[in-house]
Amino acid sequence: MSDQQIADQEIFEEIKEAEVNQSYLSLVWWKFKKNKLAVVGGIIVLLFYIVCFFFAEFFAPYQLHETKEYFRAPPQLLRFVDEEGSFSLRPFVYGLEETIDMELRLRTYENNTDVKYYLHFFVPGEQPYKLLGFIPANIHLFGADPNVEGSEMFLFGTDSLGRDLFSRIIYGGRMSLWIGLLGQLLTMALGVSLGTISGYYGGATDIVVQRLTEFVAAFPDIPLFIALAAAIPVSWSPQMIYLMLTLILVFIRWGGLARQVRGLILSLREREYVLAAKSAGATDRRIMFKHLVPGTMSHVIVIATLMIPGMILSETALSWLGLGLRPPLTSWGVLLQEVSNVRSIRFYPWLLIPVPFVIFSILAFNMLGDGLRDALDPYGGR
Amino acid sequence: MAEENIRKPLGLGLDSILQPERIYEPDVILEVKNMTKFFPIKAGFLQKVVGNVRAVDEVSLFLRRGETLGLVGESGCGKTTVSRTIIRLYEPTKGVAYFKSDVLSSTEEPVIVNLAELDKEEMHKVYQEISMIFQDPINSLNPRMSVFDIVSEPMVIHGKSDRKENENVVGDLLERVGLRASYMKRYPHEFSGGQRQRIGIARALSLNPKIIFCDEPVSALDVSIQAQTLNLLADLQHDFDLSYIFVAHDLSVVQHISNRVAVMYVGKIAEIAESNVLYNHPLHPYTEALLSSVPKPDPRYKSKRIHMEGDVADPSNPPSGCFFHPRCRYAEEICTTTPPEYREVEPDHFVSCHRVEELELKGV
Amino acid sequence: MKETLVEVNDLHINFEVREGTVKAVQGTTFKINRGQTTGVIGESGCGKSITAKAIMQMIPHPGKIVQGEVLYHFSDKTNPSQEEIIRINDLDPDGSRIREIRGGEIGMIFQEPMSSLTPVYTAGYQIGEALSLHRLVPQKLGDQMDSTIQKYRHVTKKEAREIAIDMLHKVGLPKPERRVDSYPHELSGGQRQRVMVAIALSCDPVMLIADEPTTALDVSIEAQILDIMRDLQETEDMAIMFITHNLGVVAGMAEDIIVMYMGKQVEHASADDIFYNSKHPYTKALLQSIPKVGRRTTDRLASIKGMVPSPFELPTGCVFHPRCPSFMPGKCDQIVPTWQEVEENHWVSCLLYEEV
Repeated sequence: MSDQQIADQEIFEEIKEAEVNQSYLSLVWWKFKKNKLAVVGGIIVLLFYIVCFFFAEFFAPYQLHETKEYFRAPPQLLRFVDEEGSFSLRPFVYGLEETIDMELRLRTYENNTDVKYYLHFFVPGEQPYKLLGFIPANIHLFGADPNVEGSEMFLFGTDSLGRDLFSRIIYGGRMSLWIGLLGQLLTMALGVSLGTISGYYGGATDIVVQRLTEFVAAFPDIPLFIALAAAIPVSWSPQMIYLMLTLILVFIRWGGLARQVRGLILSLREREYVLAAKSAGATDRRIMFKHLVPGTMSHVIVIATLMIPGMILSETALSWLGLGLRPPLTSWGVLLQEVSNVRSIRFYPWLLIPVPFVIFSILAFNMLGDGLRDALDPYGGR
Repeated sequence: MAEENIRKPLGLGLDSILQPERIYEPDVILEVKNMTKFFPIKAGFLQKVVGNVRAVDEVSLFLRRGETLGLVGESGCGKTTVSRTIIRLYEPTKGVAYFKSDVLSSTEEPVIVNLAELDKEEMHKVYQEISMIFQDPINSLNPRMSVFDIVSEPMVIHGKSDRKENENVVGDLLERVGLRASYMKRYPHEFSGGQRQRIGIARALSLNPKIIFCDEPVSALDVSIQAQTLNLLADLQHDFDLSYIFVAHDLSVVQHISNRVAVMYVGKIAEIAESNVLYNHPLHPYTEALLSSVPKPDPRYKSKRIHMEGDVADPSNPPSGCFFHPRCRYAEEICTTTPPEYREVEPDHFVSCHRVEELELKGV
Repeated sequence: MKETLVEVNDLHINFEVREGTVKAVQGTTFKINRGQTTGVIGESGCGKSITAKAIMQMIPHPGKIVQGEVLYHFSDKTNPSQEEIIRINDLDPDGSRIREIRGGEIGMIFQEPMSSLTPVYTAGYQIGEALSLHRLVPQKLGDQMDSTIQKYRHVTKKEAREIAIDMLHKVGLPKPERRVDSYPHELSGGQRQRVMVAIALSCDPVMLIADEPTTALDVSIEAQILDIMRDLQETEDMAIMFITHNLGVVAGMAEDIIVMYMGKQVEHASADDIFYNSKHPYTKALLQSIPKVGRRTTDRLASIKGMVPSPFELPTGCVFHPRCPSFMPGKCDQIVPTWQEVEENHWVSCLLYEEV
């Protein structure tokens, strides 16, 4: 080899070195990007978390328990063109006028076309709040014109106590998404550790854990939910109830994950690198946490992503039945409690608006999970 | 060896057949006697043991310092299980493995221990003196660990966790096995099969072992890479005074690298001899048949293959007498009834066959 | 001179993947004659399997033939006088014509005996499946004076079973009447591979492509399978394309050997010439790097230096030049060697044998 070639070879090696260091992740990203549906799902999930989870106070025009003198007011339409046909670039809503229908004994609202409340961005709210729990702030992304006395804007209407439904959906999303995430993290912790131990040690341990998962899986879900949820003392604080509910959801769901992890561990523990670690004198704990669990992680993340919708749905269903979260805690399920009879669906159909949010978030998680599975799957080839 | 170095009398309370013999010779570092490993076959709801797979059946062998002992045989003959049982990756069902250990010795002289009866802590220490190289260059390296983490793992396990120091050691090791020190930041999937095998070898060397158990280390590699790897192993053996137990199914590779070769059949050793002796003057009919079926890289060679009838015996239900008799063309009455004795017919030439003295067998 | 069966002319196959283009096969040219065994040797990734798959029009995704052609000289089994030349690479890979050729004309044996049999069907069923697709038997039309107006029909289930037993007997499986009802998991590796051979041969193929058929097997089983293939080839007069990396195996099987390296043919000659009169430095190095049984030396093995280059970054000039012991600076790294017949029936692609 000539000197020139050796030099070329060196340069080539260096370039390669720079390239390959992040190649696994870049391959995953490349495959993920190719699945457009998954990217859309990922973006929606991200938006949900940004809007509802981290910055709900900023994105919601009102605070969670801020009540107004409008009870069960219908959604106000954002307009660019008014009744006379004149166009305004800044959208506005008409003011609401309350009337009482004596025959039906109902309070109804009608648009008052004389009053226009214009949409403004970055408006100060009535009460200050703490962004992310520690940054004092008072600004909301949008709201009705702050310079006009009594101007209000309820894009999705209000509930029976006069609280803005749009704001409450955003806040409710925080609770629903949080229960999905926290519940799933706990499920992962429980499922992965029990699955790993069961798969690695085998024998009696395995049999006990497997029978346990079957026992839990064999229970009919709803009666078990109801029984466990009914056992939560009413006197407990909402926070405790929230925690208990999460634990109930985890308890019902860890089994499936544990079984999948056990299956993965069973195949991974036969790999020669595990034997190599053993022959170097590694302890069981080291083998499990250094060699086996990381190998299951890509699968676990996928499974977990696909399980979050189930968590959210269970919470919503339970809360709607009145067995889950209770006011003053607010989740999508709690919001839907207001529409637990035909009368409210007949007269206040806008109270069903949380439903599409539940559907969207669940679809988004599923699309994201499918994309992740294809991208992370090491056996899927190119 | 000083008597006081033997911590407790070796072979105390053991059968005479398990008593140490060769280990007292100065250059022998490992002596295995009657090593046996049965894997129980469980069935039914209560997991009752209904039988045993006799994976390793009373194997006795010894290993000298700086030599390579090849273990050959067809798949399922127990050659891999032997090495894993010796180093207690599988718990032996029966048998002893005497080993001269430095780490367990309180003096300068090594101490002789029986690996089969060491407790967990002692065995953990002994793992510094024993390591393994594996067959599959893809499966034997954890894909989620960097080369540095892989090669330094044995050191970390044995308490050497200083990163700077380890980086130096790993760098030296990688260069020693023919890779660049800068490769330590990469991940296994970035390497070719031959390079991965070198990483595996570097890991095996990281604690300066005395014995390396090589489990089919070249059978997954391409021909040109195979030669490089064999040369590397030979160089390392010379430089570090290593002893190898080299498990493989390729008879020509085993012959090339081994000083002595053991041929296994259904969990038992059929024959052990010095490599050239075994290949040119085999004493066991199985060795003869096996050698005759090795394809020769020579189109002018006319195959004189000895037909072995049927398939390898089932290790969970081996035939009576000599396990090889149903396929042996020299089998007689006695072979079907009595298991042959495993004996030393010439110095360093052990055979287990009734008809050793009568047969004239052909080598390669 | 035997009749030509398969012609591969200047075949180029590329794989477009994210990291770039892999030129898996670059300009392979060879002929396989009827009844002849051609060995193809080379290390992993040299393109030997892809070439074989191109003959069956079974190139895996995303591979594409970018240049060259594969010609198959087809002669109807029921009417042998007619010969038709089929351009395999023009056929629809899922069409009926190529499916007729696969299995019917060309049988194939793969490396992995475990995964190439369906675990849920018996050996006999799997042989019968191939039979019912491809094997035709003369239909008896009473007392026909003129045998040329015989008609042909597919085999019946019962006949298929009989043929299956007969085939299993031919490949040396003990107790074929019982084995025909065994599931793959009840058979040992060697027995499974024999079933594979039986499937491949059940339809009287004109050619057999064996892709590393014995690599996963023990030497004694390997020798048995090789014997069976040799015997069958003699009795049935089949052409065999034998792909392997094992020089010992190919020496005992092939009349003609093609040596491949990084997608290129480097040498093609008779087996005897390859082993005793090799021209290409790669072939020579390969022969020296294998340990020979029977002669233990304490010497090091002659190894080929360096690693197989990345398929994305093929060296310029001759692909072997960075590892070649006879590297000529200024020539081998710049000029691509051409495929030349240096002696009769001995082709080499090396600049040592070219005037440049």
